[in-house]
Amino acid sequence: MNALIVAPVVVPLTTLLLGVAFRPHHAIVKAISVVGAIALLLVGLRLVLLAGDDVVLAAQMGGWQAPYGITLVIDRLSAAMVAITGVIGMATVLYGMVREGDPDVLRNFHLFVHGLLAGVCGAFITGDVFNLYVWFEVLLIGSFALIALGGGRRRLAGTMTYLVLNLFATLVFLMSAGLIYSATGTLNMGELGLIFRAGEVPPAATLAVVMMLLAFAIKAALFPVFGWLPASYHVAWTPVSALFAGLLTKVGVYALIRLVTLMWPDYGDVHEVLLWVACATMLVGVLGAAAQNEVRRILSFHIVSQVGYMILGLALATPLAIAGAVFYLIHHIVVKANLFFICGLAARLTGSERLAAMGGLYAKAPWLAILFAIPALSLAGIPPLSGFWAKFVLVKASLADGFWWAAGVALVTGIFTLLSMTKIWNESFLKAHPQGEQAIKPLEDIRWAWWAVSALALLTVLIGLGAGPVMNYAIAAAGQLAEPAAYFEAITHPGGR
Amino acid sequence: MELLAALTAGGLAGIGMWLLLDRNLIRVVLGIAILGNAINLAVLTAGRFAGTDVPFVTATSVPPDPVNPLPQALVLTAIVIGFGLFVFALAVLKSVRESHGITTTDRVTEVTEEAAPDQEEPGFPSGQDDEDRVHAPGGRR
Repeated sequence: MNALIVAPVVVPLTTLLLGVAFRPHHAIVKAISVVGAIALLLVGLRLVLLAGDDVVLAAQMGGWQAPYGITLVIDRLSAAMVAITGVIGMATVLYGMVREGDPDVLRNFHLFVHGLLAGVCGAFITGDVFNLYVWFEVLLIGSFALIALGGGRRRLAGTMTYLVLNLFATLVFLMSAGLIYSATGTLNMGELGLIFRAGEVPPAATLAVVMMLLAFAIKAALFPVFGWLPASYHVAWTPVSALFAGLLTKVGVYALIRLVTLMWPDYGDVHEVLLWVACATMLVGVLGAAAQNEVRRILSFHIVSQVGYMILGLALATPLAIAGAVFYLIHHIVVKANLFFICGLAARLTGSERLAAMGGLYAKAPWLAILFAIPALSLAGIPPLSGFWAKFVLVKASLADGFWWAAGVALVTGIFTLLSMTKIWNESFLKAHPQGEQAIKPLEDIRWAWWAVSALALLTVLIGLGAGPVMNYAIAAAGQLAEPAAYFEAITHPGGR
Repeated sequence: MELLAALTAGGLAGIGMWLLLDRNLIRVVLGIAILGNAINLAVLTAGRFAGTDVPFVTATSVPPDPVNPLPQALVLTAIVIGFGLFVFALAVLKSVRESHGITTTDRVTEVTEEAAPDQEEPGFPSGQDDEDRVHAPGGRR
C-alpha cells in the first residue's frame, strides 16, 4: 500500500532522474519519458480502481505521527486527478515527439514535463498545507523552465509576466501557511478541518485561511486575479500551452475544493463570495475571449471562464453541486488540453495561429475538423458530449438551491462559448485559406500528435456516453469531500489502522 | 522579540511591495526577493521565539527548554526554494534585458501582446528569435 501511495510522485521523479542520467542520448531520454508517462497513467488507473472500491489510501511519511509528520491521502478526487494527470502527461509527451527542431530543446522538454508532473501529482495527494506549498513550488519551477523553452523575445517577455505574478501568489501562500501555523499550531489539513468544523475558530486562523484561498484564486485564475493567464499562456510551445491549460490552473481549483470542503462543509460567507466570484469569472473570461483574434488567446480566456463553472459548483456546496464541480474538473482537463493540441496542429498546417491567416482545413484535413468539433462542442456543452452533463448538473444544482441567476450566467456563458468555438471553426476550418489551398502543408511527421489528439477526443466522447458511471464516481467523491474520514482518522487515531 | 521581528518583517514586506509596483523590471525582481525574505522572517516569527535550548532529543537527555524546531524547518525549506526561484528569475531578467533590451513592465506587456509570428508551429522552440520571422502586416497593436 505504501509504495502505491507515493507512486504518483516517485514515478515522474524517477523518470526525470533517469532522463538526466541519460542526458546525452536523446533517443533514450525520449523512450524513458514515454515509459514514465505510461507508468504514471497506469498508477493513476490503479488508484482510480482502488478508489472506486472505496479504498482510501493514507500514510504518514517517515513514520512521524500526524499532525507532526506529513500525511498523504488519496481519496476518489485525488485518484481521479492523478489518473487524468497521467492522461495529459502521456498526450503531451507524445505530442512532443517531433523530429525537427533543436534536439537539446526537445530533450529538455521531456525532462521538464516530468518535473512538472511530479509537482502536480504531489499537490494532489498531500494532506499537509506546507507540503502543498512545496509541491506548488516544484510544479512552478518546472513550468517556468517549460514556458521559457526555446527563448525568443515574445516568449521571454511572457515568461517574465508569468514568473513575477506566480511567484507573488506563491509568497502569499507561504505567508498564509505561516499565519495558519501561528494561529492554530498545526499545518495538517485533517486537524485544521477538525478545528474549523468544531467552530470557535480564532479569527486570525480564518483570516489566514482566507488569505490562502486568495493565493489559490490567483493560481486558479479567478476573477479578478486572472490577468496573468491570458497574458502568458499563448507564448509557449503548443504542447507546453496544452499541458498548462489542462493541469496548472486545475491544481489551484483542486486546492480550493480540498480546503473549502474540508473546513466549511455547509454554505456560508466564503461560499457566498465564491459564488459571486464564480459568476464574474465565467462572464469576464468568455467576454474577454470574444475580443481576441488568435486561436490560443481565445482558448486562454476560455480557461478562465471554465474555471468559473467549477468554482460555481464548489460555492453552491450541495452534494450534487460538488459532484458537478468534480465532473467538470475531469471533463475540462481533457477537453481543454485537446483543444490546445488541435489548434496547434491546425496552426502547423496553415502556417499561422492568427485567425485571419488561417483557413481551408475543412476541405484539406476533414479529420482534423472533426477532431476539433468534438472538444469544441463539448466545451460549449452540446449533448451528448461530456461538457453537456457537466453543465447540466451544475445548472440543476443552482436551480435546486434557488440561485436562478447563477444558472442564467452559466447558460449565457455556454452560448458565448459556442460563439467563440464557431468563430474558430469558421475562420480556421471553413473559410478558404487566404493564400490558396496549396499553402496548407501536408500531414507529415506528426503521427504521434495525431494519436494523442485522437485518444483525448475519444476520451471526451466516452465520458459523454458513459456519463452515468463517471457521475456516480463524482458523486461518491463529493461524499468523501463532505465526510473526509481519512483526513480525520490520521489525527484521531494516531498510529494508524 | 516577536514584536521586533514582526515589525521588521512588516517593514521589509512594505519595501518589497513598493519595489514590486515599480515599472523597472530589476526592481520588480528585487521586490520579489525582499518580499520573500520578509515572509520567511514572518513565518519564523509565527512559530514564536520561546525556548533557549537546541531541540535535540538524545537517548539520555531531553533539553529542558527547547525552541520550536518546526518553523525553522519550514523556513529553511522556503529559503532554499526561494533562492532557487530568485536565481531563475535573475537569469530570465538578464536574458530579457541583454538580448531584447526589455527593461520595463510596460514593454513586457507590449511585446507579449504582439501578434503571433507566422511560422510552421506556433511557438516551436527552434532556437531562432521571433524577430527573424515575418510578422503579419499591421500585426503590432
